[in-house]
Amino acid sequence: MSASVVDPLAVNAIARLRRRIFGHAGFSFGAAVLAIVALMAILAPLLSPWDPYDQDLSRRLIPPIWHAHGTAAHLLGTDGLGRDYLSRLLYGARISLLIGLSTMAISGLIGGTLGVLAGYFGGGIDMAVSFLLTVRLSLPVILVALAAVALVHGSLLVVILVLGFLLWDRFLVVMRSTTQQIRRLDYVAAAEAVGASTLRILASEVLPNALNNLIVVATLEMANAILLEAALSFLGLGVQPPLPSWGLMLSEAKPFMFFSPWLITIPGIMLFLLVLAINLLGDGVRDLTAPEGRG
Amino acid sequence: MFTFAVKRLALALLVALTVSLISFFLVRLSSDVAAAIAGPSATAADIEAIRHHYGFDRPLPVQYLDWLGHTLRGDFGDSLYFRKPVLGLVVERMPVTMTLGAVSILFAIALGVPLGVVAALRPNSWIDRLALAVSVIGQAMPSFWFGLLLILYLGVTLRLLPISGSDTWRHFVMPAITLGYYATPAIMRLTRSGMLEALSADYIRTARAKGLRYGKVVGKHALRNAIIPVVALTAVQLGFVLGGSVVVETIFALNGMGYLAYQSIVQNDFPVVQAIVLTLSAFYIVLTLAADLLNAWLDPRLRAVSGA
Repeated sequence: MSASVVDPLAVNAIARLRRRIFGHAGFSFGAAVLAIVALMAILAPLLSPWDPYDQDLSRRLIPPIWHAHGTAAHLLGTDGLGRDYLSRLLYGARISLLIGLSTMAISGLIGGTLGVLAGYFGGGIDMAVSFLLTVRLSLPVILVALAAVALVHGSLLVVILVLGFLLWDRFLVVMRSTTQQIRRLDYVAAAEAVGASTLRILASEVLPNALNNLIVVATLEMANAILLEAALSFLGLGVQPPLPSWGLMLSEAKPFMFFSPWLITIPGIMLFLLVLAINLLGDGVRDLTAPEGRG
Repeated sequence: MFTFAVKRLALALLVALTVSLISFFLVRLSSDVAAAIAGPSATAADIEAIRHHYGFDRPLPVQYLDWLGHTLRGDFGDSLYFRKPVLGLVVERMPVTMTLGAVSILFAIALGVPLGVVAALRPNSWIDRLALAVSVIGQAMPSFWFGLLLILYLGVTLRLLPISGSDTWRHFVMPAITLGYYATPAIMRLTRSGMLEALSADYIRTARAKGLRYGKVVGKHALRNAIIPVVALTAVQLGFVLGGSVVVETIFALNGMGYLAYQSIVQNDFPVVQAIVLTLSAFYIVLTLAADLLNAWLDPRLRAVSGA
């Protein structure tokens, strides 16, 4: 990339950035898929041909349109209770994105705060935080999440809180090491010398410099939260019926999977694509901000 | 090395103690444990009697110490559902989960290490891209969905393998692929980056300059150095795989600890849940301890940093 900096043609910075972003296939694909899912979620009431909760037992298990017995009225068919699968899929995008973003916010706040504290102050605080991290890593996430959600009875809010309080470990690790690195740099010492308060140094010097790494971890944890919610709901202990969570749709489809396999494949593909897109977006941010290469 | 080992061991014990505290208070999240034991038809007097019988009317710290004392002696109490000692139930199911964990990790190593090595030898070739695709797909694939697809296509359409139960080795194939694939991306990526780093090191150039054959340089010099962190990662991944057994064993009705944990959570059988959380955490703690000690033994530089 240093070659393009001394480019005699002097392409302006924005055009260069644009070319780099669109030249990165993973980043472009991830951004496109994520945008589509976000649009599905936002426009669900407009796009849905049916009410996602409307049951009609006379129309149950209709196959999607590409099957011989499909009908244009239900493009992706209907589930075991006769609910329109496309409508449920569209509303399900809301739940996955809501879980992903809220969990990311909670765990990012917890992990980020602990990481910055440990990295900036070091010493006893660092030891205490590291201990907390070791304990957290020793707990089997899926099992503890399942038990916690079941004990306080599953709901969307409970799932978000439980996952938020479990998935902060990577935020902590990244913010801790980034803060440690920045702490040693001259401009932080300079800020201290001119009498800037600790809080101000953290907010104006440390945080902006940690942003790239933070975004990468945030995408990873968002993907992780979406997968975990789907797993919890699949096991019947996460989001509760009749909400159209993709994991719950898979769970409800399980008894019919041998004769109506599309009930399994459709929500699964959506889940896979969404998580793939978020991961590729994160990888893209990492590659674009640190062009030394992947590895 | 000795000081490092003692310090690391002390940390592991402290972590184990904290985990025991968490798993004790985790079940207290439920509004009323005694009511849960008594069941929906119990009267207030029944619940009171149960509360007294199990000692739930005592202060929490006393209850915790009492419970910890019993736990350390291997007494996890009785299962509320099976009406049998928890220890026996868990021990009975342990071999299934251990077999599943071991086979899954072997699958992940068999897929991840060679792929990582070849990808590093030919960066940006088609095989490097294939390796990248395998890891990107593996990271995004919901393991329970992957399991369902295997059941659907390998089990039902092709009729190659049994879809549920744990009677023969064939019952372990699909669950192990499901869990193993989940552990593959991390192992593959670390092998690849380790190999890339090792191959660009000076001692590799020296070995080549000496006239050693390329295959020997790769196998004997580069791989041996690149594999050290992979060994440690594998130990950690085994811990994750055992945790993931809850989902995979439930899908395939594999009668191990994970399936038992799921059933116990559904039936509100909290002594069993507590015991399994503790057991899986203990495995993880022991595995990471072993990995750290192994790393420190193989690479003395780590001792100086962490043991300081």
